[in-house]
Amino acid sequence: MRIGVITFPGSLDDRDALRAVRLADAEPVALWHGSHDLEGVDALVLPGGFSYGDYLRAGAIAAHAPIMSEVIDAAAKGMPVLGICNGFQMLTEAHLLPGGLIRNDVGTFVRRDQALHVEQTNTAWTNGFTAGQEIVIPLKNGEGGFIASDDELDRIEGEGRVVFRYLGVNPNGSLRDIAGVSNERGNVVGLMPHPEHATELGFGPDTRDAMRSGTDGLTFFTSAIQALQAV
Amino acid sequence: MSTPASPTAVADTVENAKATPEKEQPYGALGLKPDEYDRIKEILGRRPTSGELAMYSVMWSEHCSYKSSKIYLRQFGQKVTPEMTKNLMVGMGENAGVVDIGEGWAVTFKVESHNHPSYIEPFQGAATGVGGIVRDIISMGARPVAVMDQLRFGKIDDPDTARVVHGVVSGISFYGNCLGLPNIGGETYFDPVYQGNPLVNALSVGVLRHEDLHLANASGAGNKVVLFGARTGGDGIGGASILASDSFDSTGPTKRPAVQVGDPFAEKVLIECCLELYRDGLVQGIQDLGAAGISCATSELASNGDGGMHVELSHVLLRDPSLTPEEILMSESQERMMAVVEPEKLDEFLAVTAKWDVETSVLGEVTETGRLVIDWHGEEIVNVDPRTVAVDGPVYERPVAYPTWIDALNADTAAVLPRPESSEDVLAQFLSLVASPNLASKNWITDQYDYYVLGNTALSFPDDGGMIRVDEESGLGFAIATDANGRYCQLDPSQGAKLALAEAYRNVAVSGAVPAAVTDCLNFGSPENPEVMWQFSQAVEGLSDACLELGIPVTGGNVSFYNQTGDTPIFPTPVVGVLGVIDDVARRVPSGWQDEGHNIYLLGTTQEEFDGSAWAATVHGHLGGRPPAVDLDAEKALAGLLHAASQQSLLASAHDLSDGGLAQAVAESVMRFGVGARVWLGEVMQRDGIDLTTALFSESTGRVIVSVPREDDVRFQALCDVRGYPVLRIGVTDGTALEVQDVFTIEAEDLRTRSAATLPEHFGSATV
Repeated sequence: MRIGVITFPGSLDDRDALRAVRLADAEPVALWHGSHDLEGVDALVLPGGFSYGDYLRAGAIAAHAPIMSEVIDAAAKGMPVLGICNGFQMLTEAHLLPGGLIRNDVGTFVRRDQALHVEQTNTAWTNGFTAGQEIVIPLKNGEGGFIASDDELDRIEGEGRVVFRYLGVNPNGSLRDIAGVSNERGNVVGLMPHPEHATELGFGPDTRDAMRSGTDGLTFFTSAIQALQAV
Repeated sequence: MSTPASPTAVADTVENAKATPEKEQPYGALGLKPDEYDRIKEILGRRPTSGELAMYSVMWSEHCSYKSSKIYLRQFGQKVTPEMTKNLMVGMGENAGVVDIGEGWAVTFKVESHNHPSYIEPFQGAATGVGGIVRDIISMGARPVAVMDQLRFGKIDDPDTARVVHGVVSGISFYGNCLGLPNIGGETYFDPVYQGNPLVNALSVGVLRHEDLHLANASGAGNKVVLFGARTGGDGIGGASILASDSFDSTGPTKRPAVQVGDPFAEKVLIECCLELYRDGLVQGIQDLGAAGISCATSELASNGDGGMHVELSHVLLRDPSLTPEEILMSESQERMMAVVEPEKLDEFLAVTAKWDVETSVLGEVTETGRLVIDWHGEEIVNVDPRTVAVDGPVYERPVAYPTWIDALNADTAAVLPRPESSEDVLAQFLSLVASPNLASKNWITDQYDYYVLGNTALSFPDDGGMIRVDEESGLGFAIATDANGRYCQLDPSQGAKLALAEAYRNVAVSGAVPAAVTDCLNFGSPENPEVMWQFSQAVEGLSDACLELGIPVTGGNVSFYNQTGDTPIFPTPVVGVLGVIDDVARRVPSGWQDEGHNIYLLGTTQEEFDGSAWAATVHGHLGGRPPAVDLDAEKALAGLLHAASQQSLLASAHDLSDGGLAQAVAESVMRFGVGARVWLGEVMQRDGIDLTTALFSESTGRVIVSVPREDDVRFQALCDVRGYPVLRIGVTDGTALEVQDVFTIEAEDLRTRSAATLPEHFGSATV
């Protein structure tokens, strides 16, 4: 199973996403924003960072990168695509996912170990979770406030496309505590928190058992492998 | 400086300088003294051109030339043993020191100041401070992997402090986070002495394979000199000479144009671009552009190489086409690098910079003439021996005077201050310390920093030091901690510097790493004040002696003078960073208690040492006496013991005792993971002959608390016995509260709430 991670100028968590793919026992493939070649990967990760320095709006310029036309085509054909943080912002800017992301209501960058409620387990990236499961993965962003019109919020909630909600604390003012959403088909998922930073023992969030031992993020990647094997 | 009517107007050429020897030049406004100006004329045998004057003025500034500190800094290179330097791949004098950490890996690290810009324009000042130190690391051939900041602000409730804190913290957060570098630790202190002159020091660490080491030199005649990165603009002109090398004068004009403006996106792309250039072997020599911009890069590269360089300044890509050649030479625009490239590799080099959309211009080439020649549209505007600019600047032996006030200060001991009389008083004082600005939780700040990025952070705040994995296969890593207690240094700068080193050394040791090397950022007042020079000379002597005793070399650092407003200098604040090596980060030791039922041991002994302490400051508003004693042999023995214990995985936690003494250390260990403890102090008081207040709040050195699982108890005690280090069981981890037997009990959650409330109370509840 080959999972590609696209590096844009200003991508920061691309190497971490590649490591997470490897830890999930898939083959990581580094892809370049300026290319039109997906190199035959089976799934795609758009990583976190500050592509193009967040100029204009976070993710706005990257959404028009050369490789994005191939990403959009592949997503339409059902390829699993995961957008993390800046990658989520790109997917909304590219209209693969609904809504938009604005500056945190607290006004500052926020980094914390964030509890999430998994609402949908029928997506390519969450089928390994149980419905209603509580997970903890790191969150770190300055522009993570999820917004959409009331009508659109009602619609995506009605269609079961809210994949994650913030639990306990809403760290950025996201409407209806929404942390992550999917497209209608469930193959494209975007979220602000960072699953790739909770995939390796000793380098994830603290848990009750031991410091930095949280690996809840690994299930995102094993879910994608599972989804691909099921096809 | 004269401003031509248009960029094509005639510049002040060498020819012109010869023809007009009597022309008046504004050397004073550029920060040069009359005798320095005379010396430049003597070196050149004529008056300098305005371009040469610009170069000499920035390169001979205090910030770039170290002219007041040089004669003292030599001690760091002299007080070494072969044993100390055997792992040193690059020592002082280069952009940053490089230490061999084994398995073919090396680490480079350095701390630098960005104090004055951060007061004038806190956001950009702090942001570009991070950017500058990171470029120093890249220019050694390393991938930057971590940053840390050492911050000193004014009184927490002064209205101006919030302005500076908000700007500095968001500047560091913005730049460091956008750069994708984990921020893994640092320090934040508040004291009125920094009100008009906050300190913003930035540290960065990079890792490289031995074969990737790059040095800043321009050798090989015919090799191309290439400038790449951001375009050159009018920002930061004269930053080094005007801002960093003068005191603030509250009545003078604003110096804001001398502050640079940073773009972390440009720097992130520049990092990746440089690493690809290194990987493909396309770079012969490289230098970052920081203080003094192109003046510094050309003269230093040429001095360190074959001695000659010829460049055409009009080839520099500009953000603002109206810049004069003098302004181009002095501009401190950020995110720029200068490389020396073999001509046959130039095309490949340009292909890589094009891939990363990094603008590049070929300025000229390396020569064998021994002269640095700079042309402006074909006319020669600079022709100098580069060593006279970059290396052989002025050296001052400034007057030194023993401070008139220090004897009285030393006589005013905190030992006579009233101590708490009841258990209620003890608890009240303990809680006031926990919530005091300098000991309170810094989460309000650190929650704005990303420590996850790159995925190798093994330890970070609030642990005593940061730790990063270098090799994912073997687990090889480094730990780093920085410390400086300005109050101790005000009482005794030599002892204070030794204490800073001892604490940073201990903080690395508690993490399980072996201390290996030192960097420092020496923040002082004006060198023109003889009492400040005395403080400086004492601090350097103390620090260099202590490094020799501990057997760890200083690999590089920075001096920041003129940290004062009016006639009042800051406390001497020598920030000392210690780097340690750990063979497997899986053996790291956290600072807090994670499990119940572990025994808590106090290593070391306690004397009555309240002078300069957090207790004296918080409870009594007192500063006087003499700082705690330092026993470096004991520190070494303690580090050895901690290393042995962590190698055998006997330690569940280890936490250094410093500001606030045992009480604060215990509180922090409880707050770290919310696991409580029962602690008894009777035996310590009896063994050391001290009272309860001393046991709780004294700041004696050489002390650490560790927690040990019951099953490892016998082995741990045996280890302490063999090594002969004083050890006493003082408690057991238990429940959710901290109980100091027969004195007080308080819930961990209550402690956390109090500790976490202080910063948001003053700076807004921004974080959650």
